[in-house]
Amino acid sequence: MLTELSSFSRELALQLFTAMARLRAFDERAVILQHQGRIGTYPTFYGEEAVQAASVWALPRQDWLFPTYRQSAVVTLRGCPPLVPLLMWRGHPGGWHDVMEYRVAPICVPVATNLPHAVGAAWGAKLRHQELVALAYGGDGSTSAGDFHEACNLAGLVGAPVIFLITNNQWAISTPVSKQTKIRRVADKAAAYGIPGVRVDAFDVFACYQAVREAAARARAGEGPTLIEAIGYRLGPHATADEPSLYRDLQADRLWEPMEPLRRTQMALVAAGLASEAELDQIRADSVEELRDIGDSVDAYPPVTIEEIAATVHRETPWGLRPDRLREPSWGARGGAVG
Amino acid sequence: MSATAELNMVEAITKGLGQLLEEDPDAILLGEDIGRNGGVFRATAGLQERFGEDRVVDTPLSEAGFVGAAIGMCLVGLHPVVEIQFDAFVYPAFEQLVSQAGRFRWRTRGAYGLPLVVRLPYGGGTRAPELHSDSPETLFSHMPGLRVVVPSDPLSAGELLLAATRCGDPVVFLEPKRMYRRGRQLLPAKFVPGDLDHAVVVRPGEDLTVIAYGAMVDVAEGAAERLQEEGVSTRVLDLRSIYPLDRESILAAAEETGRVLVVHEAARHCGVAAEVAALLQEEAADVLLAPTLRVTGMDMPFPLSQNEDDALPTVERVLAAAHTMLEY
Ligand SMILES: Cc1ncc(C[n+]2csc(CCOP(=O)(O)OP(=O)(O)O)c2C)c(N)n1
Ligand SMILES: [Mg+2]
Repeated sequence: MLTELSSFSRELALQLFTAMARLRAFDERAVILQHQGRIGTYPTFYGEEAVQAASVWALPRQDWLFPTYRQSAVVTLRGCPPLVPLLMWRGHPGGWHDVMEYRVAPICVPVATNLPHAVGAAWGAKLRHQELVALAYGGDGSTSAGDFHEACNLAGLVGAPVIFLITNNQWAISTPVSKQTKIRRVADKAAAYGIPGVRVDAFDVFACYQAVREAAARARAGEGPTLIEAIGYRLGPHATADEPSLYRDLQADRLWEPMEPLRRTQMALVAAGLASEAELDQIRADSVEELRDIGDSVDAYPPVTIEEIAATVHRETPWGLRPDRLREPSWGARGGAVG
Repeated sequence: MSATAELNMVEAITKGLGQLLEEDPDAILLGEDIGRNGGVFRATAGLQERFGEDRVVDTPLSEAGFVGAAIGMCLVGLHPVVEIQFDAFVYPAFEQLVSQAGRFRWRTRGAYGLPLVVRLPYGGGTRAPELHSDSPETLFSHMPGLRVVVPSDPLSAGELLLAATRCGDPVVFLEPKRMYRRGRQLLPAKFVPGDLDHAVVVRPGEDLTVIAYGAMVDVAEGAAERLQEEGVSTRVLDLRSIYPLDRESILAAAEETGRVLVVHEAARHCGVAAEVAALLQEEAADVLLAPTLRVTGMDMPFPLSQNEDDALPTVERVLAAAHTMLEY
């Protein structure tokens, strides 16, 4: 069962539901666009809408988020048009969102590399007496990486107001968490860094919301970092290019399907008398409708030239990246490019 | 897969790894998702089934950890072949490779080398997300003590891989993943370990040499074909070893064709082409009929997929550079 809803106002509950519905609509549309060849390989987050929506909603907008490839759409919950992350998966530089505007760092593809960034942002804010919390996302697999250890250790040491939100979906591509680490509870890793580790149901948006709120309150009270292990299950493939039938028992997977969080949240809201079925169906339909023409927008987005991209690498573009030298320079280039 | 068969590059690598595990009881494979899943490119497909979980080992997500562990394994007599899942994910293991693996023989005053091979699917042209298309060969060839090897077709992949496992020094073995499924070759029932010391003339020619490696050999051959139509006889030299370089073959190309052009996907600055050009400048300036040009990737992060064709050397770019050289 989901968390007791009595402490949630109808307004907040609906906001969380709407955020989940919008993430779901994005994810489903992205998978379709990938199948249509309009975007490239796409890491779906189907089943992780609850923990992702909760994490954004539990923090005020001034707090920083540090996503991985798995949270490519959380920035849309901070007001970024969904077109932007879709362009990322299309391989268009328009996919890099405005980092300062949304206070969401660029997605990090190499696993665990984002975790130390969050520590530094939180620690730095503390040094500058800014009231600011940073939240970094990770997966069960990320907790095997050196950067995870270094981030947690440093955060604990300096008391950084940071939250490590580790979604334990029990798989890192084909590697089950049992082959990732000997520890049974990822949250227990926190003990090694002298920081609290808590566990929460990743499918329960309300529990996740509360867990992040509590961690943020601790952080703001000067009590330092928290490691949250959100336990879930990767309901989909690792990414569109992945073939889970090669390595996991699809029959057993089906046992997890009832945990699918959007439907479950809907049922809980209706049961608690906070909303009607029809009203929630409407929110879902609106979320889908919002993206109706997004595929066309993706297709129609004007291409960028390599010369333009080259000018974005440094503040002052070095000569080798200037348009006349980007391709083959030659001896004749002293007086003008040849070839 | 032991009989003669037409295989693509990734199948040839699977075959080579299978042969290694069969012939060398001390060989062991390590990497992420290489067991049941057979690796994200299927390069180890079926090998865990055949050789067991102790010889084809799924590692946790910790490149520094398992590359470092592979160094330790060498000390107790194992011959590890490590798979890095994609190009850029070797960076966490960079420390272990350059400050540890590459220095081991030197630290034992020449006595002991590490029989370590790190396989690295690399390069662009596959429309992959960020950091799945890097060409990091230069980093490893710049740092001392490592061999850097790049095959260009199924046969060289199998032969050089086996040679790498026996050469006695750590090898970074870069697999041009865009060639994984491009084209098949009739392969022998068993690979004979290839020659790590020599570049190969894959196409003879007299007017110009295009030096390339990995996926760029294909591009070089495409350009040579077009130049042939113009009556220009073009040699294509497949380097295969990035470190050390086959100095004799490079100098022979200068001597015999007078013009040497170098193509690679990696960024230009301090790249392999710069090294070849410097070698020619130092040792063959007198026989060159034209300065050496470089057709390379750009000094910027490899572009996201929409622009990757702009950054990858193409037949057209090689042709343009060749014309400049021929008209010099
Ligand atoms: C350093 C590094 N090594 C390997 C990879 C390839 N890779 C991408 S995602 C992934 C699994 C990550 O699992 P987990 O941390 O549990 O996150 P999830 O994908 O389940 O959200 C791997 C191995 C990578 N991105 N970065
Ligand atoms: Mg996971």
